[in-house]
Amino acid sequence: MATSKRRKPQADENPQYSSEELLKFYREMLLIRRFEEKAGQMYGMGLIGGFCHLYIGQEAVVVGMQNALIKGDSIITSYRDHGHMLATDMDPKGVMAELTGRAGGYSKGKGGSMHMFSREKKFFGGHGIVGAQVPIGTGLAFGHKYSGDGNINVCYLGDGAINQGQVYESFNMAALWKLPVVYVIENNKYAMGTSQHRASAGELCERGSAYGIPGHVVDGMSVLAVKEASEDAVAHAREGSGPVILEMKTYRYRGHSMSDPAKYRTKEEVTKMRTEMDPIDNLKKLLLDTSAADEDALKAIDRDIKAIVAEAADFATQSPEPDPAELWTDILVEA
Amino acid sequence: MPIEVTMPALSPTMTEGKLAKWLKQVGDDVKSGDILAEIETDKATMEVEAVDEGKLGKILVAEGTEGVAVNTPIAILVGEGEDADKLETPEVSDDTQKSAALQKVKGEEETKPTLPVEPPPGAKAAPPASDEDKYFEKTVKLTVREALRDAMAEEMRRDDKVFVMGEEVAEYQGAYKVTQGLLAEFGDRRVIDTPITEHGFAGLGVGAAFHGLKPVVEFMTFNFAMQAIDHIINSAAKTLYMSGGQMGCPIVFRGPNGAASRVAAQHSQEYSTWYAHVPGLKVVAPYSASDAKGLLKSAIRDPNPVVFLEHEILYGHSFDVPEDPEFIVPIGRAKIMRAGKDVTITAFSFMVGQALAAAERLAEQGIEAEVINLRTIRPLDTETIVNSVKKTNRLVSVEEGWPFAGIGSEMSALMMEQAFDYLDAPVYRVHGADVPMPYAANLEKLALPQPEDIEKAVKAVLYRS
Repeated sequence: MATSKRRKPQADENPQYSSEELLKFYREMLLIRRFEEKAGQMYGMGLIGGFCHLYIGQEAVVVGMQNALIKGDSIITSYRDHGHMLATDMDPKGVMAELTGRAGGYSKGKGGSMHMFSREKKFFGGHGIVGAQVPIGTGLAFGHKYSGDGNINVCYLGDGAINQGQVYESFNMAALWKLPVVYVIENNKYAMGTSQHRASAGELCERGSAYGIPGHVVDGMSVLAVKEASEDAVAHAREGSGPVILEMKTYRYRGHSMSDPAKYRTKEEVTKMRTEMDPIDNLKKLLLDTSAADEDALKAIDRDIKAIVAEAADFATQSPEPDPAELWTDILVEA
Repeated sequence: MPIEVTMPALSPTMTEGKLAKWLKQVGDDVKSGDILAEIETDKATMEVEAVDEGKLGKILVAEGTEGVAVNTPIAILVGEGEDADKLETPEVSDDTQKSAALQKVKGEEETKPTLPVEPPPGAKAAPPASDEDKYFEKTVKLTVREALRDAMAEEMRRDDKVFVMGEEVAEYQGAYKVTQGLLAEFGDRRVIDTPITEHGFAGLGVGAAFHGLKPVVEFMTFNFAMQAIDHIINSAAKTLYMSGGQMGCPIVFRGPNGAASRVAAQHSQEYSTWYAHVPGLKVVAPYSASDAKGLLKSAIRDPNPVVFLEHEILYGHSFDVPEDPEFIVPIGRAKIMRAGKDVTITAFSFMVGQALAAAERLAEQGIEAEVINLRTIRPLDTETIVNSVKKTNRLVSVEEGWPFAGIGSEMSALMMEQAFDYLDAPVYRVHGADVPMPYAANLEKLALPQPEDIEKAVKAVLYRS
């Protein structure tokens, strides 16, 4: 059973990454961070309704993974999905406008935070039922294999979803049929308010072992560790060796959703993660320490990102609500 | 520029809250992510994090204040060298946020009552045109089982994206032999035995359909599809709408539905009304071999998820089926099996045979029943039903399933809405007994609609004894 612990790369050992790549990671993570902060603020202003699950703290996972993929690879996740959409290069304006329920949103305002898609960017949602994205992602992988397009699926799930029965039904079929899929468990330690040790027996990375699916633990707070692990996993899936499980040890700083006061964990725990393990701060430090970038360059990126997010917020508040006639569209495809 | 901090909404239902405590004081530096204050919502005490950076220039709402409305300015953040006290009004603020909040309030006032109550005319369209009759000049006798197999085989020859998956569909040749011969012709790439894992393979089929394939997912029976119903409804039926029209799901879920014989409650349930309830699904329940073939071909070609409800007892029944492979039956069109002037009987699947048997007996007594084979449950061919009732003025609805919120209930509503003035008697529902299906032969027969039950119902609506 190929379960291994991966060491977090140190600041002085990143020979495989150019400063351009490191800055790209920084930029992509920062976009998610600032976007989510703005979404939280707009929720507070009543501009975003319903459920809104923020990705703040987990940025390294999706950015590291996405940078190991090629054109045509498909992505699927559950409802904490804003980061995944930004990482697949979906337009922040369309994402934010969907959060505000406007016509300019990716689902014309009919899906909301948890239900967004882009066929163009191969982002297949955005699913609100915990665990349901796993057989669907496995089916996308089936589609890749059936059509022989050389692509793979990356199927993200949480430490809560991992206990759903359909996840194991999927693992079984994916292993049996050697489907090209990487299952990425984003283990942020809490399934809503239930900590991993209260919900899950054993190690999550070993949940595929009975099916012969290799599993690896990855430092999900380090974009470089994620990138390195994802390269191997993606290659394994793409070469026809079947599924792989990556358990990303990560952390969400905010509550489960906007209305979660997060009383199930201590302030000290959150503060420690934010101050010592933050993926963006740590990459920034590495960029500066290795002279891959200077303060001015990083400040310029900050300004760019701020402008992109402000533009998205503007668009999302100025885009009109969907036309009432939209109530009756998109129920069936007209043949 | 000074930035206004407003009272946030921290749950989907919060309109106001108590500003419990300030954790930053005037003069303190504030960084993005710092906790500014604690707020008691209708549900819990929450922390408010700063999004913008600066110095806390002024507190506008003191701690301990209750009933602070969402979006009320509560503090002002200032930049280097700015002075909050010199601000005349707090409206000098982040333009985006301010205009956004204002626009929201305005939008709420303006857009409320304009929704159309009824669907647009398209939703009540006439049934699709059909030229199916012309194909019946040259026919061959086929069982329903063979007709279904031929439909799949013809569509698989026509389109490489079509594949069949399910339990025992390949090497075993189908638990009910419906997929006989498909493995030999199409190989194991396209005819796929699954593990016993309905939830998983239904979801996998949905994913394959999102990818662009056209899966035909067989359930050994629809009783087992309850394990998978989340994917049929939440994933297959709703995603097109939730994606604003991007994510079509061309998939067929098929298998036997309803009571077979002596298999008791867990294996004898009729599900048409469950699926027909759901916008985003099409629901088909054929009776004859020609319906089965023509409708399954339509279902496979349809760009939407189709729930295709077969009947185990009908699998071995033989009917005339057109030889021409171009023969197809459009989804959404009922078929008048027998014309009559005295009463309309609607039925679907196995119950069409029961209704026809009842009509024979009634004819011997001088009563001419018009028997409508619904074939498609959703979208229902309301035009054919209503036109028939306008002629006969009486309706008996027959279904194998339970009565509550059943197809007969829908028929009754349809009559109230579209044929009320034409009715000479109340609608009569014939249905399965409102009990879990019993095993004992005599009780099972009592639980299922028999021709004599239909005969009695017809006489009741004709006020004859």
